[in-house]
Parts: sequence; structure tokens; C-alpha cells
Amino acid sequence: MLGLSVERLRADMNRLLALLFHQGVLDEQFLQLQQLQDESSPNFVSEVVNIYFHESEKLLRNLRALLVDKEFSDYKKMGTHLNQFMGSSSSIGAQRIRNVCVAFRAASDQNNRPGCIRALELLEYEYCYLKNKLHELFQIEQQRILAATVRYPMQQQHHQQQQQQQQPNNP
Amino acid sequence: MGVAADSQFHVLAVDDSLIDRKLIERLLKISSFQVTTVDSGSKALEFLGWRHDEDGERKHSSNQTSVEVNLVITDYCMPGMTGYDLLKKMKECSYLKNIPVVIMSSENVQSRITRCLEEGAEEFFLKPVRLTDVNKLKPHMIMMMKNKNHFQENQEHDFKVEQSDSDLIRLPTEEQSLQQHNSNNNNNKRKSMDDGLPLDRARPRYNGALTVLSN
Repeated sequence: MLGLSVERLRADMNRLLALLFHQGVLDEQFLQLQQLQDESSPNFVSEVVNIYFHESEKLLRNLRALLVDKEFSDYKKMGTHLNQFMGSSSSIGAQRIRNVCVAFRAASDQNNRPGCIRALELLEYEYCYLKNKLHELFQIEQQRILAATVRYPMQQQHHQQQQQQQQPNNP
Repeated sequence: MGVAADSQFHVLAVDDSLIDRKLIERLLKISSFQVTTVDSGSKALEFLGWRHDEDGERKHSSNQTSVEVNLVITDYCMPGMTGYDLLKKMKECSYLKNIPVVIMSSENVQSRITRCLEEGAEEFFLKPVRLTDVNKLKPHMIMMMKNKNHFQENQEHDFKVEQSDSDLIRLPTEEQSLQQHNSNNNNNKRKSMDDGLPLDRARPRYNGALTVLSN
């Protein structure tokens, strides 16, 4: 029973990943990240992604704080934040977020405040979507690992129960 | 597999982005390199033992507290000192200029790439950096070691030749013998790292030099 669930969970993970690739939310770089994960670094992907979440939220807050100000004019500073966001998104394979950053930077280069505000809203939306999906992915992964490790102790227990049942029948 | 820790190549990675530092560190470790990461050019120079008023080997050998680094890989865009600035400073420094430097950048700007290569960078990688890029690093580190060994042996041999030839008495300076002493120490350590290339390949050159001197 548990054996089946490991396979089903793996299929769920692959289906979710395929969807994210198809939507262009993730690109090949995310696969590279997964390839860098092994027994010597078993949580590499989630470690890097959690750093990304932490940094991104800070950047989004900074960008929003800059744009909320009607008198805002420090487009250079905004460009610096955007470059950082673009770089880190590209490094983890967050393709759609990176593309929104590119459009955002173009608006910023033109000192186009309304354009920047629109881009920021889109960025926040994309970020939310990615975060939810990656959390989902990690949850499935956790369940799969749990199901795979719990499998063996359960088999042992079952075997012990069988032995106990047989004993009373012996004269 | 089975490589002793002190015979691993040591790479210094420089990047202000934490994510990119994590990535490059993992890529390098997977390739069996020893890795140190720093988040700025100035910290990199500090790690390399660079002194602000550095003027030559004499000073460095007496202050040798820095760790041996076989290659520096640095991001281009960093606040304060850029990767290009770091490259330039290293090339201007007599004992750092032989360390191979590789530049990484998220932007594909031809003039930037040219500038870096002209200044002496060995490679220019576009981010995100891949394992295939990191595989290109080893040859540069091996070449550096070979050049170092060859240069040291040349020095040793010239020293012996000069002593025996009465027509050409030229005592080595204090600087040279200090350098030899230090490089001999390094040489013994480095031999285990050398990729099995027999040292007598370098010999023919010595013979050439000998014949010239004996005339």
C-alpha cells in the first residue's frame, strides 16, 4: 500500500514540474539545481530556493516602498534592486519572474512610473504563484521521502504480527 | 576519489549574491575542488594576502600568512570593487598575477568580455554558470602549476651552473634564495598535484642553457 503511494507521489511531482515548465514559470536552470542535489547535499534545492524567497520578499518590499512615494525619482536605485532580482531569478530558473523584471527595468529606464507600478503588480503576482507551486512541490517531495523510509519498518511490524498469531496454534 | 585533501586545487569564488555563491560553491565542490567564497573584491584581496603597499616578492615572503589559491572566479558586477577591478589589481601584483582569473557575468556585453580577456582573464562565463563551464577550469590550474614548477627548476639549475663556471660567477641575490626556499617548499607539496607529467620533459631546456653558458 505504501509502496504504491511512493510511486503516485513521484508521478504527482513530475506532473507539477511538467506543468511549471510548460507554463514557462520554470526553465532548464531549475533542472540544473536538481542535478546538484545528491546524498552529500540532500537539501540543496530547498536551501537555495528558501534563500531566494527570503531575498525576493525583501526586494519586493523595497520596490514597493520606492514606488509608493508619488515624488519618487530614484530610478537608479530601482534598477539596482531589479538587477539583483533578475540575477537571482535567473540563477534558480524562475523564468517568468525574470522576464517581468526585464520589462520592469525597461519601464524604469524610461522613468515611466505608471509602467513601473503595473510591472510591480505583475511581479508580485508571479512571485506568489511561484512560491505556492514550489511549496507544493517540496511538500510532495517530503511526503515521498517519508513514504519511502516508513515502508520498511511497517513491513517488519506486519511480519511480527503474523508470527504472534501463529504461536497459539502450536501444541 | 581517494584524492588527499592537500592535493586538491583550491578555488576562491567571489560574488556579492548569496544565491550565486551557494551555486558556484556547489558546482566547484561537485568537481572535487576545495572552495572558499567571499562576498567582495576587497575581501578576496585580503584572503590572497595582498598588502596595500606591496612592491615585490621580498615583502610577501616575509609576511606569508595567506592560503594557497589556484584559481579565482569572480562575478563582474559587484558594488565597490568590480570583478574587473579585482582582476586588474591581481595582474598588477607580482605574486598574484600568475593566479588564473575567471570572470562571470549575467550580461552578454561583448565590450565587457573583450576588456576582461585583454586584461588577462582566462575565461568569461555567462551566468547562470553550468557544470560544463566549471569543467574548463582545471586545465588553467594545471598550466599554472606546470609553469610554476618549470620556472622554479630553471632558477635552481641556473644557480648550480653559475657556481661551477668560474667565468660567470654570479651569486644569487638574497631575494632569489629566499624565493627558492619558499618555492622549494611549495614544490614538494605541489608534486602530488602534478598530473603525472614527468619532470624530465623540462630537462632538454636546461641542456640548451648549459651549452650556451659553457661556450
